[in-house]
Amino acid sequence: MSDQAIVEKLKAKFSTEIIDVVEFRGETTVTVKKEQIVDICTFMRDDCGYNFLCDLCGVDYLGQVPRFMVVYNLYNIPAKQRFRIKAPVEEGVKIDTVSTVWGTANWHERECWDLMGIEFNNHPDMRRILMPADWEGHPLRKDYPVQGPDREPYQGRLS
Amino acid sequence: MGVEQPKTLGSGFITTSLDKLVNWSRASSMWPLTFGLACCAIEMMATGAARFDLDRMGILFRASPRQADVIIIAGTVTKKMVPVIKTVYEQMPEPRYVIAMGACASSGGIFDTYSTVQGVDEFLPVDVYIPGCPPRPEGLLYGLMKLQDKIRAERNTFGAAIGVGDVIHNEV
Ligand code: SF4
Repeated sequence: MSDQAIVEKLKAKFSTEIIDVVEFRGETTVTVKKEQIVDICTFMRDDCGYNFLCDLCGVDYLGQVPRFMVVYNLYNIPAKQRFRIKAPVEEGVKIDTVSTVWGTANWHERECWDLMGIEFNNHPDMRRILMPADWEGHPLRKDYPVQGPDREPYQGRLS
Repeated sequence: MGVEQPKTLGSGFITTSLDKLVNWSRASSMWPLTFGLACCAIEMMATGAARFDLDRMGILFRASPRQADVIIIAGTVTKKMVPVIKTVYEQMPEPRYVIAMGACASSGGIFDTYSTVQGVDEFLPVDVYIPGCPPRPEGLLYGLMKLQDKIRAERNTFGAAIGVGDVIHNEV
């Protein structure tokens, strides 16, 4: 199945959910609304053959509304095809977990929450995964000070 | 009244000779803990292997902190690693020494970030700092020899070993 055919199938089934379709250098990216993300992902897995979630990550577009974007990089192992789905999320709003669709999303969503502060509904085990358990804040956010909140930011060399 | 002298066994010929014996044995068998944290550990392994051969100096890597005298902090220390390093250090029997190997362990190095400790001396008493990113094996060897000098310059080690007074650390 070509990417175009998948986009057509998605458009036919989730016509109101799709915000944008971009194709760039043979990579297709579909931006969807976050409300039905679990249904869309289940559809991608069961009807389009994307049986592997390569990566789930967050992007911080500081200053824009909605601020965050959750990116799902899918892979169809038998057909060796890739596909990308994005879902915008406002700050402080939760998106549903897709760990019921692909089990591997469990840790990816923990990482996404740990470093970006994007929260996931119904996640089975929402704990920090990389930072120490008692850490405060989400360090990969664009407005997090790179040297940590407890230190003076670097002002250049004094000498 | 005067400046109070630290309690020692004195500095007679016999006690200083016994100190020398203790210092000689300590400096000749510094057993480091096998404990690598990042890229510097590769250079530490190279120093231990055939070409540079730490064994000829009586430096054998031990896999347990209970058997180790020296901990070489070889690599980047993240804040998440601090409790582990502290635990391992506390498990080592005294006397124990700390070598901060490389820029990261000495000062945080290039990782001037929220997740990295800016030098292990924030929570461990460091005896020798070795600069470099990573230090060459010669650098680590030199650092170890500096630590040997420091051990040889200690006084009242015999007295402290039998429970009289504390070890006096002298400048090298
Ligand atoms: S000092 Fe350099 S070589 Fe050593 S751990 Fe740090 S970055 Fe790696």
